Amino acid sequence: MAVSDMTKLTLGPIAYHWSAEARRDFYARIADEAPIDEVYLGEVICSKRAPFHEVDLPATIERLERGGKRVILSTLAEVMLKRERKATADLAAMDSPEIEINNAAGLFARGKRPHRIGPFMNAYNEATIAWMAGQGATHVCLPAEMPGPAIATAAATARDLGLGVEVQVFGRASLAVSARCYHARAHGRTKDNCQFVCEEDADGMPLRTTDDHPILRVNGIQTQSESYIDLLPEAGQMVAVGITHLRLMPQAVDMVAVATTFRELLNGGRNVAEAEATLRQTCDGISFSNGFYHSQAGYRRIAAAAAG
Amino acid sequence: MSLAELICPAGTPAALRTAVDAGADAVYCGFQDATNARNFPGLNFTPDELAASVTYAHGKGAKVLLALNTYPPAGKVDLWRQAADTGARLGVDAFIVADMGVADYIARTHPGVRLHLSVQAAASSPEAIRYYCQNFGVKRVVLPRILTIPEIREIRKEIPCEIETFIFGNHGLMVEGRCSLTNYLTGQSTNMDGVCSPASDVEYKRHEDGSMSSQLAGFTIDCFGADEKAGYPTICKGRYTAPHRPEGYYAFEEPVSLNLSRLLPDLIDAGVHAFKIEGRQRSKSYVRGVVSAFRQAVDDIRAGREANIADLVALTEGQKQTQGAFETKKWR
Repeated sequence: MAVSDMTKLTLGPIAYHWSAEARRDFYARIADEAPIDEVYLGEVICSKRAPFHEVDLPATIERLERGGKRVILSTLAEVMLKRERKATADLAAMDSPEIEINNAAGLFARGKRPHRIGPFMNAYNEATIAWMAGQGATHVCLPAEMPGPAIATAAATARDLGLGVEVQVFGRASLAVSARCYHARAHGRTKDNCQFVCEEDADGMPLRTTDDHPILRVNGIQTQSESYIDLLPEAGQMVAVGITHLRLMPQAVDMVAVATTFRELLNGGRNVAEAEATLRQTCDGISFSNGFYHSQAGYRRIAAAAAG
Repeated sequence: MSLAELICPAGTPAALRTAVDAGADAVYCGFQDATNARNFPGLNFTPDELAASVTYAHGKGAKVLLALNTYPPAGKVDLWRQAADTGARLGVDAFIVADMGVADYIARTHPGVRLHLSVQAAASSPEAIRYYCQNFGVKRVVLPRILTIPEIREIRKEIPCEIETFIFGNHGLMVEGRCSLTNYLTGQSTNMDGVCSPASDVEYKRHEDGSMSSQLAGFTIDCFGADEKAGYPTICKGRYTAPHRPEGYYAFEEPVSLNLSRLLPDLIDAGVHAFKIEGRQRSKSYVRGVVSAFRQAVDDIRAGREANIADLVALTEGQKQTQGAFETKKWR
C-alpha cells in the first residue's frame, strides 16, 4: 500500500561550493529525471560563493519549471555583512518565485508578505509556528534535530493553520554555523583570503578524531554531521502525523536515484526494506543515522524494528 | 558615554549575592530546568530561591535578569510559559529570550517586564534586531560574539534598542542558538535542553604512555601529554584530523577564553550599554574576583581615569585568551 502519493518530495539548496558547471549539469538532470516536486535554489551558507552561480539562476529556474518542478529561492542562514544584508533584502523583495527565509533579517525585509520558513529559523514549537503563520509564513521546515513527538505536534499545528510542514529525511545534517570559515582555517587562511578552497570538498571536508573515528564534516562556515540523515524507514510515520513535504539534501551521490527510491516508497512501488537496501547501495560506504528523530544521539542508527 | 552596566553570572543564590556585593549592576540566572541555556546539574534557582534573591539584589540596587533563552520543543511550551509567569510574579527586571513563541507570550502576557534578546537568537544585523524590537518590544540585544567593534558601532546607529556584549569568559565558536553538535554526540540538545558538552558524558582516559584523552560520549575530543593539564572536552574546542592536517589540529578554535579587557574603552565608546561576564557554572571566588576587577575598571573609565587593564588581563594569566572576532576580521 502506498505511504502517500500526495506527499511532496523536495530538494534542498546545495550546501557546498559546487562549480557553476557542476550545478548546471546537476539541475538539468534533476529537471529531466528526478521524481521531485519542489526544488530550493540559492546560496544559504557563504555569501562569497554566490557570484559564481547566481548568474545561472534565471536559466536554472526556467529549466526546472519546464521540468514540472516548483522552484523556491532560499536566503542566507547568516546575515552580518553589507553584501549579505543586501542579498537578503533583494530576495525578500521578489514576488516570484516563492522564497524560503533562513534569517530574521529576511523576515524583517519580507514584512507580512507570503514566505516559507527555512530550517535555520528555529521553528521548534507550536507557539512559534503560530506566530510565524500570523506574519505571513505559508510553510515551515522544522530543525533537523527535532525528535519524533515534537515533529508530530508541530505537524498538527501546521495543519490547523493551513501551513505546509517539511522535515529533512536525507543527507548530512547542519549541526552549526559560525562567522569563521573552517575550510580556510584548515588551510592556514582566513575567510577573507580563502581562495575558495571549499570547492575541493563536494561532500564536505571530513574531520576524524585523533584516534581515527569519523565525526564531523566541514563546509566553509558550516559544520555538518558525518552521517547522512536517513529517515526513509520513518517516512510513513511522518506522513501519518501530517508532514506534507520530505526534504532531500543534495549530496555527492546519485541524487536522481535517491529521489527515485523515496518516490517509490511513497507511491507503494517498494516496501521499506527494499527501498532501504537500494538507498544503501546508492550511498555505498556512507553511514546513515536517525538518532535525532528517536531522541537519541544524532549520529546513532536506530534499527527499523525498534522504530516501530 | 554609555552606562556600561556590568551584567554578572549567578549560577547559585550564593554566587548571586557574591556578584551583587562585588558591584554587579545586574545579575542573570535561570531555573533548574530546560528553560535556560545553562541547565547543568547543581546550578540554578528554585522559585523560592529566586524570590529571596530578587529581594536581596533589589535591596542593594541591582537588577535580576531571568534567562528563558532556550527553544521549547513542540508539546513542551507550557514549561517556558510557567517559568515566565513565575519570574514576573517574583519581580524580575527582565527576561532574556530567544524563541519567538516565548517572546510573543511574554510581550502579550507580561508587557510590563523588559525583554532582552538572548545571544541564542543570533541576531547579527540591524534588520534582524529590528524584527525583534518591532514585534516584541525588545529593549536590549545581546550581540553574537562574531562582530568587530567597527561593526558594532555601525549597528548601534541603526537599531532602537540597547546593546549588550560578552566581555569575559567561555568563548563559544558557533553561532549561538544554531548549534546541534552536543545533540549529535550525546542526545541532549543545546537549544531544547539547555545542555552543552554535558559532564555526565565526559570521561578522561589515561593511556599507557602517560598521555590522557578527554572524551565526550565515547568520542575523543582532545589528547594531552603526561605533563599537560587535560582540558574539558567541548566539541568546538577539540582536536581533529583532516585530509590536509593529518597531524591533528584545533579545527574550530583552540581552548581559549574570551578576555576583552583591553578593548573595554573602545567598546564603551562604540555605544555598548552593558557588558556580560560569562560563567554561571563558576565558583563564588571566581565571580568575586572577576566582577570586582571589572567594576573597578568600568568605574575608572567612566570617571575619566586610566583603568588598570593589567589586572583584568591577569585574570586569565597562564591560560590562553583571545579577543575573538571583536578586534579584527582576520579571526574569521
